[in-house]
Amino acid sequence: MKTTYREALREAIRDAMRRDERVFLMGEDVGSYGGCYAVSLGLLEEFGPERIRDTPLSESAFVGAGIGAALNGMRPIVEIMTVNFSLLALDQILNNAATLLHMSGGQFPVPLVIRMTTGAGRQLAAQHSHSLEGWYAHIPGLRVLAPATLEDARGMLWPALCDPDPVLIFEHNGLYNLSGDLADDAGPVDITRAAIRRQGKDVTLITYGGSLAKTLAAADDLAADGIDAEVIDLRTLRPLDSDTFLESVRHTHRAVVVDEGWRTGSLSAEIAARIAEEAFYELDAPVRRVCTAEVPIPYAKHLEEAALPQPASIAAAAREVVRGG
Amino acid sequence: MKEHLDLLREMTRIRRFEDRCAELYSAAQIRGFLHLYVGEEAVAVGVVSELDPQDAVVSTYRDHGHALARGVPMDAVMAEMFGKVTGCSRGRGGSMHLFDSGHRFFGGNAIVGGGLPVAVGLALAHAMRGEPRVVACFFGEGAAAEGEFHEALNLAALWRLPVLFCCENNLYAMGTSFAKEHAAPDLALRASSYGLAAWAVDGMDVLAVREAARRATESIRAGGGPCLLELRTFRFRAHSMYDPERYRDKSEVVQWRDRDPIDRLIAAMRPDFTDDDLTALETEVAAEIDHAVAAAEAAEIEPVDGLTRFVTSEVTR
Repeated sequence: MKTTYREALREAIRDAMRRDERVFLMGEDVGSYGGCYAVSLGLLEEFGPERIRDTPLSESAFVGAGIGAALNGMRPIVEIMTVNFSLLALDQILNNAATLLHMSGGQFPVPLVIRMTTGAGRQLAAQHSHSLEGWYAHIPGLRVLAPATLEDARGMLWPALCDPDPVLIFEHNGLYNLSGDLADDAGPVDITRAAIRRQGKDVTLITYGGSLAKTLAAADDLAADGIDAEVIDLRTLRPLDSDTFLESVRHTHRAVVVDEGWRTGSLSAEIAARIAEEAFYELDAPVRRVCTAEVPIPYAKHLEEAALPQPASIAAAAREVVRGG
Repeated sequence: MKEHLDLLREMTRIRRFEDRCAELYSAAQIRGFLHLYVGEEAVAVGVVSELDPQDAVVSTYRDHGHALARGVPMDAVMAEMFGKVTGCSRGRGGSMHLFDSGHRFFGGNAIVGGGLPVAVGLALAHAMRGEPRVVACFFGEGAAAEGEFHEALNLAALWRLPVLFCCENNLYAMGTSFAKEHAAPDLALRASSYGLAAWAVDGMDVLAVREAARRATESIRAGGGPCLLELRTFRFRAHSMYDPERYRDKSEVVQWRDRDPIDRLIAAMRPDFTDDDLTALETEVAAEIDHAVAAAEAAEIEPVDGLTRFVTSEVTR
C-alpha cells in the first residue's frame, strides 16, 4: 500500500494501543491538535483522552510521569515535540530513566518509550534544528533508535514497547512526508541490527536517520563515476551494531561516516574510533567524516544548506578516500 | 498507647540507626555522602504510618528514615551502607539510593526535585487503573525552588492524581537558609495556588503529622486529588558528614533540640510509659542495630565481574 512515514508511525501507535491496554500516548498537543507533526491525528477520537493524553508544556514533569507510570505497570509512549525541548527533561531521562535499574540493583526497570523529532533542514533556526541523538547514545541504560524508512517507522515501536528498558526513538523532521510502498502486513522489525541499504565494494558509507536519503543520493552519484559504494543504515544508535559496519569495511577497505550531529565528540567519532580499533589494518585510506559544521544552525536557506551534510559533500569525501582526493 | 509505642519505636529505630551510621562513617566503614535525618523522624514515621502496603513511597537522598519507616529491613539498609550485595540496592546505590520493590519504595533520588515527576507518574498509573492508592512523595523545601516542583504540582492537580506531596521544611537547603531562598515564605499557599489542598503541620509532633497524613490520605483515596503537607521540621545534625555548619548558629540548633520529636512523644506517653519501658525499647532497638551491623560486616560483596549487570534488564528479548 501507498503510505507515508507519518502514517506509518501513526499506524504503529494505533497497533500498539490495540495490542496492549497498558499502552498510552502522552505529550504536548498529541490529542486535539493531532501532534505537532500530525503523527497522532485522529487517535484521540479513536482511543479517547485517557489514552491520548495532552500535557501542559512541562517536559520534565511529563517525561518523569512517563517514567513513574512505566515503573508502575503501564507502557507509556511519551512524545517530546522535538529533541530541542528534550533538554528540559534531560534530568529525568538521564538521572532516572537510564539509571534507576542499575541504582536499584535490578529492581526497577523502566519500560518507557520516548519519541521525538530531530534534525535540521527546514529553516527553523538554531533552537529548533538540533541533532542530539548522539548525546543520548552516550548514555548506558538507553536504547536509541533512528527509523529512516517506512518499514522502520512502522515496525520499531512495538519492539521498543516490548523492551523492558527505556527506548528513545528519533524521527527526523525531513522524513514525515516520505512516501512509498509498504507491505500490507508490515509489522514489527528487528531493533538490534544495522541494515545494508545499498551493496557496494569500493567504499562503506555509514549513516542513519535523515542523512540516509542524502547518502543514497551520493552513492548514485558515485556510481555514475564508477565508484561502487555500500551504504549502511545504523538504525540503532545504542547499542551500536558494530559488526555490520566492520564487516563491510573489511571488504571495501574504506569508510566515510555521515552524521548530522556536530563533529566534535559525536557519534561519528565513536564509529571512526571503532573502525580504527577493530579494523585498522583493513583500511586503505583514513576514515573520513561528513558532519554538520560546528555552528548553531542558521535560518537563511543557503547558510543552513552549507552547514549540513549534503550529497555533494558526502560524494566528495568518498572520492577522496577512494582516489586520494 | 499501643499506637504511640509503635510510633516511638519507629522513631527510635531511625535515630539510633543513624547515630550508629555516624560512628561507622567516622570509622570509615561507610563512605560516600551520608545525610542524616536526625530531628526529622516524626515526619517519615507520621506520614508512613498512614500508608497501606500497596501505596508507594518516593524519597530523597536523605532517605534512611523513609526507608526504615516503610519497613525496608534494617539489615538490608545497613548492608547497603556497607556497599554489600545483600544491601537493598545490592551495593549500587549507597546511602542516597535505597530501593525496595517489595515495599513499593521507589528510592532515594539525589537530584533535588527529581522524584516529584516520577511520583506523579506512579499516581497516574494508579488513577488510570482506578486503584485507590496514594503515592507519598518526600522532598525538602529546597525542591520548592526547582522547576520540577511547579511542573509536578500543576500536573498532579490538573489530572487530580493521588499524590501526597510531603515537603520537609527543615529551613536549610544544604547551607542556604529558607529566607535566602524563597521570595514568598508560605509554601502551603504556593502549593494551593496550583489548586490542591495544602497546609502546614508541626513536623516535630508525630501525632500531628499522623493526623494530617490521615486527613490527606482519606481525601486523596476518596478522589479528592493531590494534597501537600508542609512539614515544619529541623535537622539537628549537619547537611552531610562533610558539612562544617558555618551557615547557622549553634543556638538555633539548641532551640530546636528542645523540641525533639522523640522526647515530645515520650512526654505525652507518661506516666503510663515508664523508664523501664524506655530501657526495654532502647535495648530492643540496639539489638536490631547490632544484628544489622554484624550481618553487614559479614556479608559478601558483588563480584567485580558483575559490574555491568543491571544497566539493561536481564531478560531474553
